[in-house]
Amino acid sequence: MSLLEVRNLSAGYGQFQALFDISLNLNEGAAIAVIGANGAGKSTLLKSIAGVVDVIFGEIIFDGESIVNLQPHERLNRGIALVPEGRRIFRSLTVDENLSIGAYSRRQGVWNRELVYEVFPMLAKLTDRRADKLSGGEQQALAIGRALMSNPRLLLLDEVSLGLAPIIVKKLYEILPRIRATGCSLIYVEQDTNQALSASEYAYCLLEGRVSLEGKPADLSREQIASAYFGIGVNK
Amino acid sequence: MNWINAIIQGVLVGGLYAMYATGLSVSFGVMRLVNLAHGDLAVGSAFIASTFCLATGLSPFLAIFVVLPLSALVGIGLQVAVFNRVVGVDPSYQIVATFGLSIAIQNVLLQQYAANPRALNIGDFGNRSLKLVGDDVVIGLFPLSRFVVAVLVLVLLSLFIGRTRIGRAFRATSDDPDIARLMGVNIRSIYAVAFAIAITTVALAGIFNGMQTQFSAADGPALLIYAFESVIIGGLGSLWGTLCGGIILGIAQTIGAEIDPGWKQLIGHLVFLIVLLVRPMGIFGKDELR
Repeated sequence: MSLLEVRNLSAGYGQFQALFDISLNLNEGAAIAVIGANGAGKSTLLKSIAGVVDVIFGEIIFDGESIVNLQPHERLNRGIALVPEGRRIFRSLTVDENLSIGAYSRRQGVWNRELVYEVFPMLAKLTDRRADKLSGGEQQALAIGRALMSNPRLLLLDEVSLGLAPIIVKKLYEILPRIRATGCSLIYVEQDTNQALSASEYAYCLLEGRVSLEGKPADLSREQIASAYFGIGVNK
Repeated sequence: MNWINAIIQGVLVGGLYAMYATGLSVSFGVMRLVNLAHGDLAVGSAFIASTFCLATGLSPFLAIFVVLPLSALVGIGLQVAVFNRVVGVDPSYQIVATFGLSIAIQNVLLQQYAANPRALNIGDFGNRSLKLVGDDVVIGLFPLSRFVVAVLVLVLLSLFIGRTRIGRAFRATSDDPDIARLMGVNIRSIYAVAFAIAITTVALAGIFNGMQTQFSAADGPALLIYAFESVIIGGLGSLWGTLCGGIILGIAQTIGAEIDPGWKQLIGHLVFLIVLLVRPMGIFGKDELR
């Protein structure tokens, strides 16, 4: 059963078009990776799904219905949550308050404050600390926890590993299966391809706003990926 | 004793300035909007209160209960009709839109009420005072109650912003409106609430001002200056800073007036400029709402 279907999507910012004719599919409960170099359009793709980028053409079908014309908060109410690039936690709010804003939509589900603190123990002892006083890894955990508080059916993770120590990235990725176990589908966007590919069943590679390669991670060779990622080499 | 009196009067006037400034502080804190029509909205509210009193013969204190809900509605209306279009875009649009609104309000008031000054008559209450320290220190009952109301408004607002769900959404929107939207916050309705609060507080300030002095259609910009100065002295986006800013401005003016009656405004502006030079972010300055 398809949860999200993106059909021939073109999108951009004002006069600048960042995505050209993108199509992708995500089944309920699945995890897919979107990889690509800096500026390939990965974040724009997630933002158009979340509703903060103008769609020029194409369709986004979520749970059988078109969501292209919905506001971001309406999409969240249907179960699409974004963990934005660069974490973007509310820095003047405490950890606890950030989670409360995550739950602003009052969507019901398994996720609540207690479960978030159980899954991210590093946050549990920082509940009253202002978010801008957290370390990078803690902020990333908070950004994921905040998104989970809305009990999403689809979690969009934008560059979770960006700027974090490998050991922290490993820790965060170890938590992701627990999130999937709650029935939540995932889309990872990463520049660090290995991490994203190993955590997903299907992968799309973007190059200059277009899908340059797609397939199951196991079926994709390193050469194919390198060529699709950088736009040079054997397949050109 | 004159100096102590001057300082006390300054503190009490500062409460009024803080009330003028609260709305600016909230609308800037939540939506980075600088509303140049702020002072005119205060004057407009005072005129509406005056019309109400003349028509019904009731006390201006009762007019407050009519004018404030009305101003909340006007605030929401203005937000939907005008300000939603200029929030989050190039600030020059805000300047043009709110400056235009300021001119429009002044001219509507001139048209409607002519250039004659008006006042809100609170009768004997305006003349009563408390005498302390063997009659040497005199505190007007009305300025004192006005100050208490101003502090009460700030306490309530601070609790609202600090403790409630919508208040949290205010702060989240102030930190990062794009992400607040992604978290399910309908920022347009947050903006509408913020603006309703801004207009209600400035309307209250306008009425309180009219209870003490005369006001006329063109007074808005001068009131706006006091509001701006209070906000900047206290620090943008800090409610308690705004109260302190108002008090500092008030004291500077009354001390100036004590030295020479002509210096009242001058010393106030000078203190403002000194704060701007020495501590441009204001005394409690942070770039967020607390």
